[in-house]
Amino acid sequence: MPSLKDLRNRISSVKSTKKITSAMKMVAASRLKKAQEAAESSRPFAERMNRMLGTLAGSVVGLPGAPRLLAGTGDDRVHLLVVVSSNRGLCGGLNSSVARNTRALIRELQADGKEVKILCVGRKGRDQLKRDYASLIIDTYEDFGRRGITYEEAEAVSLKVLDMFEAGEFDVCTLVYNRFKSAISQIVTRQQLIPFPVPKSANENDPPADEAGAVYEFEPSEEGILNDLLPLNVKTQVFRAMTENYASEQGARMTAMDNASRNAGEMIDDLSLQYNRARQAQITKELIEIISGAEAL
Amino acid sequence: MADTTEFELVAPARLVMSRPVEMVVVPGVDGDFGVLPRHAPMLSTVRPGVIDIHTGGSVEERLFVAGGFAEVTEERCTVLAEEAFELESVSADQARERLQAARDDLAEAEGDGARERAAKAVGVAEALVAAKGP
Repeated sequence: MPSLKDLRNRISSVKSTKKITSAMKMVAASRLKKAQEAAESSRPFAERMNRMLGTLAGSVVGLPGAPRLLAGTGDDRVHLLVVVSSNRGLCGGLNSSVARNTRALIRELQADGKEVKILCVGRKGRDQLKRDYASLIIDTYEDFGRRGITYEEAEAVSLKVLDMFEAGEFDVCTLVYNRFKSAISQIVTRQQLIPFPVPKSANENDPPADEAGAVYEFEPSEEGILNDLLPLNVKTQVFRAMTENYASEQGARMTAMDNASRNAGEMIDDLSLQYNRARQAQITKELIEIISGAEAL
Repeated sequence: MADTTEFELVAPARLVMSRPVEMVVVPGVDGDFGVLPRHAPMLSTVRPGVIDIHTGGSVEERLFVAGGFAEVTEERCTVLAEEAFELESVSADQARERLQAARDDLAEAEGDGARERAAKAVGVAEALVAAKGP
């Protein structure tokens, strides 16, 4: 039986924990709103980008002069995985699920005899992958997301990816991140970044005309535009993945902290009950001692 | 009311503008081009410069873009820009400061990739200073 003092100490420590978790929950909730807006406002750009690329790629794919970002290196031996996670913990299973998904992907690729390289975006994902695959991690970005995700931060990551691709250090690049569905549900998503996956509708079966039946004029040329558009697409997709992941992080943290506050509340109730019982028992014991002492006289 | 075409200017982080316009002049790499309703479909690269929105024969709004892409169809004109803002939102001094900072970066840049990017940033800043005038 713990003493009264022990119980009092425990109650006060659980109370202060609860204060912290509920404050974190509020902070996450207010950031979530902003992050969600940011994630949603980065969608129009990505959508229009895809529409343009679909139009262009359909007419260029399969040609011998197609840019390498679109056609690939003609090989798929070395895979680069860009793993997006959060910099801070206390956000439930968010980073664990990304890490688990990544490990599964690495095992699949290695079973096929591919070489795997990992580029970590976010400290927590790196910490988890380091245990099993420390030798595969080539670099980590953790200087982002202090006040939401900016385009410049995403650009730094994508420039690194593009530079590596130019240097021929990998053949296929895949993004792994948490797609934001709602505050309580985040979905781990794998997305192929390089080579650009040409949408099915824009395959060579269709004539190189768009849905309206109009043929585009190109200025300066199809290849010229593609050469600029494809790197921009990589940046856009990385930016989108990072904003989605950031929104997911806030959502997951809010849920996790809500649960923690509730558990702390329950624990405080239990402990208070125990404390009051112990206190009453002690008072009774003291009374009995006084009464029996008085009777003995 | 004259005919209009749907104009959209999209930056990575936000939709800067989406509304019907009478005419819009976009700085393409091979020269500026005006877009009126029922323009022939085309895709073009956009150089850093100013997009002019014309209403009733005069310039109504001026927007600065740091390069990007334009997609024109008969009923709409979509510009994707890496950076876009109203020209009025920056002062001439801010533009010159930006140019100076970009030039400093270029002087310090090492490696082909970094130098190329810094040179591009200088180009953008120069276009901005030119757009703000003396």
